[in-house]
Amino acid sequence: MVRRLFERLRGLRQVAPHLLRPAHVNADRAKISVAQLGHHYANKVVALKDVNLNVRSGEFVCLLGPSGCGKSTLLYALAGHVVPTGGSVAIDGKPIQGPGPDRLLMFQEAALFPWLTVRGNITFALGARGVPRNERRERADTFIQRVRLEGFADTLPHQLSGGMKMRASLARALAVDPTVMLMDEPFGALDAQTRVHMQELLQSIWMRAGKTVVFVTHDVQEALMLGTRVVLMAPRPGRVVEDLEIHLPMPRSLEDPSLDAMARDIRHRLRAVEGPLENQHPEPLPRRTQTPSSLPRPSIVTGR
Amino acid sequence: MLKWAQKLGMLLLLFALWEVLARSGVWNKHLFPGPLEVVESLIAMARDGRLGGATLRSMGRLLRAYAMSVSIGVPLGLLIARLAFFRNAVKPVVAGLQALPSICWLPLALLWFGLNDSAILFVVVMGSVLGISIATEDAVNGLDPQLARVARTLGVRGLRFYFGVLLPGALPGIVTGLKLGWSFAWRALLAGELLFVSGGLGQLLTMGRELMDVTQVMAVMLAIILIGVTVDRVLFQTVEAKLRRRWGLTTST
Repeated sequence: MVRRLFERLRGLRQVAPHLLRPAHVNADRAKISVAQLGHHYANKVVALKDVNLNVRSGEFVCLLGPSGCGKSTLLYALAGHVVPTGGSVAIDGKPIQGPGPDRLLMFQEAALFPWLTVRGNITFALGARGVPRNERRERADTFIQRVRLEGFADTLPHQLSGGMKMRASLARALAVDPTVMLMDEPFGALDAQTRVHMQELLQSIWMRAGKTVVFVTHDVQEALMLGTRVVLMAPRPGRVVEDLEIHLPMPRSLEDPSLDAMARDIRHRLRAVEGPLENQHPEPLPRRTQTPSSLPRPSIVTGR
Repeated sequence: MLKWAQKLGMLLLLFALWEVLARSGVWNKHLFPGPLEVVESLIAMARDGRLGGATLRSMGRLLRAYAMSVSIGVPLGLLIARLAFFRNAVKPVVAGLQALPSICWLPLALLWFGLNDSAILFVVVMGSVLGISIATEDAVNGLDPQLARVARTLGVRGLRFYFGVLLPGALPGIVTGLKLGWSFAWRALLAGELLFVSGGLGQLLTMGRELMDVTQVMAVMLAIILIGVTVDRVLFQTVEAKLRRRWGLTTST
């Protein structure tokens, strides 16, 4: 039984052997380096165990795995919102201590300030980053254009659709110009159609801006569509099982048959590491996951 | 439209019932005058300036006391929500004092300040400041954690965080608290004014009682209701509704 599964896996793997290759990144050449990272929450749940990950500058890395695999925890550790209980997280060789201007976290919710217009949200964020007052408006409008929200600059968030809110949030994130963007299932709450549009938009923006992105998702297609690399993670305890580079030219399309082949391959790899329990389920990946509920509610203190 | 017709209909019905009861002669006419007499008396008082003067004095007092309450209550609420010391030590005191009806401060106020405006101001402030600070604290604690997170990741901190995120985020709740504080203050003011010579609406009521002029008493009561409703409806509800719409808290219609 196990052997048959193994043979099937190997057969599928050959569908796209040249497209998915193991990634090898030297720690000293990496923009972000995570070494022997471990984290357990106060309730003793082991969220991460011995995670090693090196991300080069300009890469688009997707953290992929079922809920509970610690992918969000890893992202929050990179953002500095979670202080890991073991190991080290460094960016440009410097250990991460709390949130910083070089990194920006995006959430599943657009998290716009509801009392500010789309432009107001962006100029407010620019102000916090010390951009001079007279440059803010122009810069805001540039990024509103880039996410194709022209004509909605003076609209309040609650008057926008879910996809438009997310685009506004993306514009705000891009405008403050972080070198690293950390995205926590940003399109998870959108309907399928809007999600595809957002993926295409994000891809074109990423190709232009050349930012380093770490993108958490549980959607295999989304990971393969967007990433230059996909990091497969497994739960109990949260760990990295495979780190693969995706050799497929951009811009990509979801209709690309090789993407489907890769997706099948990835699904089987995930199923294999999930263990026999999950083998009974035809589709071990949940459609949508939330931020782990065990994540500590952040204190609203930012001044200290 | 229908809503307004219903409201108006109910009001007319009440007045008609009142008029019928007054005319039926079940009670002595001096003790139970009809609405027409009461309105007449109200108009008469408005004409000879007694009502206007009393209203001005009362409102002047109320505004002064309310301004003090707001300028103490909102920062106090903010402190309680943000600083551990205030949360642990000051909050129980505030909650405890809130249990004391505001008029109970009057004897103490009279002993401390004497028979003057300060005593009433003190009572009104004590009546509303605690409610305002508790509501402010609630509103600040109720800030959407998502917004707090996004503020952190955007690097919004210090004063920019207080005035750009925390206060605007809590504003709808704070305004609700201010509205509540206003009605507390209004109650405390009239209770205070009733008890001694103050020249306000409360004293107009007392005077009516002393002159056995039930019509005047009822007329002043009517005036008090009108003023209270006007401020609540016109001022606070409008501001609140506007705010909630802008903040996207109500489904925009």
